[in-house]
Amino acid sequence: MSLNRRDFIKRSAAIAAISAAGITIPKKLTASLPSSEGNWKWDKAVCRFCGTGCGIMVATKNDRIVAVKGDPLAPVNRGLNCIKGYFNAKIMYGEDRLKKPLLRVDANGNFSKQGKFKPVSWKRAFDEMELQIKKTLKELGPTGLGIFSSGQHTIMEGYAVSKLMKAGFRSHNIDPNARHCMASAVVGFIQTFGIDEPAGNYDDIELTDTIISWGANMAEMHPILWSRATENKLSNKERVKVVNMSTYTNRTSDLADLEIIFKPNTDLAIWNYIAHEIVYNHSEAIDWDFVNKYTDFATGVVDIGYGMRTPDHPKFSEKEKETVKHEVAKTLSEDEGTALSYLGYKAGDTMEMKNRKSAVKHWKISYDDFKKALKAYDLDFVAKVSKGDPEESIEDFKKKLKQLADLYIEQGRKVVSYWTMGFNQHTRGSWANEQAYMVHLLLGKQSKPGSGAFSLTGQPSACGTAREVGTFSHRLPADLVVKNPKHREISEKIWKVPAGTINPKPGSHLMKIHRDIEDGKIKFAWINVCNPYQNSANANHWLKAARQMDNFIVCSDGYPGISAKVSDLILPSAMIFEKWGAYGNAERRTQHWKQQVTPVGDAMPDTWQFVELAKRFKLRDVWGAQPIPGLEGGLPDVLSQAQEMGYNPNDTLYDVLFANKEAKSFAWPDPVGQDTLNTEAASDKRKVLGSDDKPFEGYGFFIQKYIWEEYRKFGLGNGHDLADFDTYHSVRGLKWPIVNGKETLWRFNAKYDPYVKKAGSNDFAFYGKALNKIGQGDLKNINPSLGKADFTNKAKIFFRPYMEPPESPNKEYPLWMCTGRVLEHWHSGTMTMRVPELYRAVPEALCYMNPKDAADYGFIEGDLIWVESRRGKVKCHVETRGRNRPPKGLIYVPWFDEKVFINKVCLDATCPMSKETDFKKCAVKIFKA
Amino acid sequence: MTSRREALKKLLNSAMVVGGGGLVWGNIAKASQSSPVTLRPPGAIEENKFIQACIKCGKCVEACPYDTLKLATIGETSALGTPYFEPRKVPCYLCTNYPCTEACPSGALDLKELQKESEDKSEDKSEEINIENARMGLAVIHKESCIAFGGVQCDACYRACPLMGKAIVLDKEVNEFTQKHANLKPVVNSDYCTGCGICEQVCVVEKAAIFILPVELATGNVGDHYIRSWKENDESKLKNQKLIEEGKDTDVESAIDYLNSDEELFE
Repeated sequence: MSLNRRDFIKRSAAIAAISAAGITIPKKLTASLPSSEGNWKWDKAVCRFCGTGCGIMVATKNDRIVAVKGDPLAPVNRGLNCIKGYFNAKIMYGEDRLKKPLLRVDANGNFSKQGKFKPVSWKRAFDEMELQIKKTLKELGPTGLGIFSSGQHTIMEGYAVSKLMKAGFRSHNIDPNARHCMASAVVGFIQTFGIDEPAGNYDDIELTDTIISWGANMAEMHPILWSRATENKLSNKERVKVVNMSTYTNRTSDLADLEIIFKPNTDLAIWNYIAHEIVYNHSEAIDWDFVNKYTDFATGVVDIGYGMRTPDHPKFSEKEKETVKHEVAKTLSEDEGTALSYLGYKAGDTMEMKNRKSAVKHWKISYDDFKKALKAYDLDFVAKVSKGDPEESIEDFKKKLKQLADLYIEQGRKVVSYWTMGFNQHTRGSWANEQAYMVHLLLGKQSKPGSGAFSLTGQPSACGTAREVGTFSHRLPADLVVKNPKHREISEKIWKVPAGTINPKPGSHLMKIHRDIEDGKIKFAWINVCNPYQNSANANHWLKAARQMDNFIVCSDGYPGISAKVSDLILPSAMIFEKWGAYGNAERRTQHWKQQVTPVGDAMPDTWQFVELAKRFKLRDVWGAQPIPGLEGGLPDVLSQAQEMGYNPNDTLYDVLFANKEAKSFAWPDPVGQDTLNTEAASDKRKVLGSDDKPFEGYGFFIQKYIWEEYRKFGLGNGHDLADFDTYHSVRGLKWPIVNGKETLWRFNAKYDPYVKKAGSNDFAFYGKALNKIGQGDLKNINPSLGKADFTNKAKIFFRPYMEPPESPNKEYPLWMCTGRVLEHWHSGTMTMRVPELYRAVPEALCYMNPKDAADYGFIEGDLIWVESRRGKVKCHVETRGRNRPPKGLIYVPWFDEKVFINKVCLDATCPMSKETDFKKCAVKIFKA
Repeated sequence: MTSRREALKKLLNSAMVVGGGGLVWGNIAKASQSSPVTLRPPGAIEENKFIQACIKCGKCVEACPYDTLKLATIGETSALGTPYFEPRKVPCYLCTNYPCTEACPSGALDLKELQKESEDKSEDKSEEINIENARMGLAVIHKESCIAFGGVQCDACYRACPLMGKAIVLDKEVNEFTQKHANLKPVVNSDYCTGCGICEQVCVVEKAAIFILPVELATGNVGDHYIRSWKENDESKLKNQKLIEEGKDTDVESAIDYLNSDEELFE
């Protein structure tokens, strides 16, 4: 696809933004780096909040942040911010910042699960952690430990904790809150392309003709990107079309030419309708050259359950079992009968969930089989299944579906599909992601400027930290996985730990960590930069497990929230600009910043906390033979190998993992950190009494740079190349892979991505290496006699069917309930609810409801009602005039407000492939409080 | 039952104490370092008549579930004892059952004011009472302090507006500074704005960039002699227009006088 004139101009603008020299903004407004104006100093940083990754400039004065501004040189936002970004300067200075470690103690000052929080020294805190970890290791082995990690960790923090856990404690029970937000996207990427993260970049927003937002209220959740979409629409009103695909009307509909309100979960059916339309009625639209050369067809198992536990679990109530029973078997509805007819199912059949534990199984199929599977998904069927607004006529709805398909199919029309949590938080979320690629790949509208399926990211470093560093229970850095012996070997070499150190058995994913705590399988858990006790569905179970069982829970945080409240030890963490850091946004852009100010009180950076804990463990505590449930023979004793490598069993994990010879070669001071604080390397003016009760003097080496340079070894030469540490401090972020000093704009496309030529293609190559050799078969099964199919350099076009969620409204629980965010607040609100202006703007979570539903229930605006599911209930106030306008039969309650604890109501069903929770649908009843 | 109203009372109104249905006057004085203009409850009749009609009984204040309304004390600009509200502190939440208006025994607050006049007057058919017909004031935007005008993706006022998309709309324009983003600028439509002041309350800048003024102060008037072709129903104002009276004989005389006095031309 060649660039037309408009594209050319826009591209030039985008390139100009990258090389600051050509940027068209008044000189006096450009912010140099860092600069001094009067007695305050400006330096570049990144917005603390969402995955957009806006650049900001931070002003410091007398060791305090005094102001921020949008960074005019940042390509993403060019000096603008959203309402949250506008308040970055205020987020660190809430009155109740945590400033001292707090431990639950009895009257004698001893730890007691029933005790009240009292301030303790850092030494006392680490003493207790050491004691509790050793106790747990003795009782349960490495799998008795768990870490709640985060897509808001800096890259270095994520790497440090991952290395400590995976190479040190030999446990993979570490999983980030990004599991709740991006895991389905990851499965979609890995199964389709063999490599994680989007092909395109934000320039697609300006280059495209069609912006289709699926399950993503971009106007509120990615406002800066939405303002770019709006600009494109304004500049090309006739050509550019905007579509909002949602289960309720929201702010994104404001700009939309077409709004389609569909029934929850039926996005699966709508994608198949689009594919049906292409395959059966517009086969001329299939880009056969592209499809034949760069793709092939695939499908997988469907009887995979819903990521819940089985109903025999003793802690389920009878009410919960009504839903949980579907985990083992489900009677197929009429719609499912048709949707699954290609497998020979019919309505009323019972589907036994035989592939619960092998949900990711998939195989190559022929195009003919692919076409056959789509047969049932014609307009009549899909319109009937998916119409979400009972008050809309079926004829109008059909017209809209047709218009949607036409936009995708139109020859020469560039299309970008964007999505976030509507797809990802979905019991078939991995499928929905794959279906987006299905349509884009069939049409050859993928990995091209202005065309592609683009998974947007929720958190500021879900990509940069959680995914790229691999702080997941099954991952290692740069797309390596713990199951693969070669990948473990690569990691052991880079980490300089003995062969066999890394546990070959994946650990517990986020929901499983909660469940393991409830089952007594994890007895020590550490929470970092997240709020899992507010952000996890079916919260009543986990709250009770944390408080009422024999375990020890540590929470590192800037502010007290629900998770801190149910913990046993609270550690005060340095926040965003109080430490060196880096985040990676949704377009593969990595952005670094420097420490701007000294942390408040005795708060210390998370990296320091991990490294200090490492001082408490000797190799002989952790590298001997270890029992692992489900792993025959357990983990080997690697101490003798360690000795051969020059380690002593009495060396600490600190010596080996963090303060080794290589680490110490990164000297501090360093020119890149001139006149800059570095609490970890050089301590700071406070000289906080450290883990040994002595004033902390700093490590004496540039630990953040060491971590970065070691980390990037994982990605060099295999498509994940990052630049060196210093480079990032002179640019406004770079999009990986960075090859020969150049960032990559569109991956898999030879014009932009050097790895394509390396793969031997002059056009396209989907060169991801994962899952390239798979079986072959028909729609029902793998046929072993056909041998393996080779997908090297090829993407997979998946057929995935429509299925219903495990819980749908019925007579007793007649409404759908959906949760999500509002623009003003970030996640659980621990930061934004403490910014007075944002609090005043949206002080509480409201229950958005259709006015007719409200009238039918006899509610008026502002009434207090109960929202109750089979799992829990919560009180909230009725809003019928607000920003979200649900159709009859659906309510929306945001989750930022801990006083409206909606996760007590939500169902902890997950996509069985990605283990990501479906927060977007469960069945509830409502009544006056 | 704790309604949202009561929750908000606690939230927003800690300075004010309500005791046994009456008000503690001292606290009011503290809470209202007054705005120079007075905003009246929904359904208030025209200000001059309102001041005469209001018997200062405080029933509307008692009826207000959000403690929005207060009675003016000594030293305040509005007449002593009359009800008013300050939206930056507590706005009017537009109760769909208008308890304050209904509570008024004197006619100073009149439910008729909440009825939209029927287009067809001959049948004497007024539309139903609807709080959205209230005209307590009109929101005005100071665009230099409104960050949305500069490109910040704020529009907090827009999202908070109970008549979102009607009383406040977003005017979209290309941001000239970045050239690749759009500004989404809030614009108030006086045809719909009730003057409830929720926008003023939620505005995130230090001193609100959007605020409520009494309708009289915040509006202009185009006059009746020109019909705006771009505006629906603008013609309806012709219905009640007073005809311009034909000139009187004295006017003719003034023309003649003018014509006859030509001295100045030759000075």
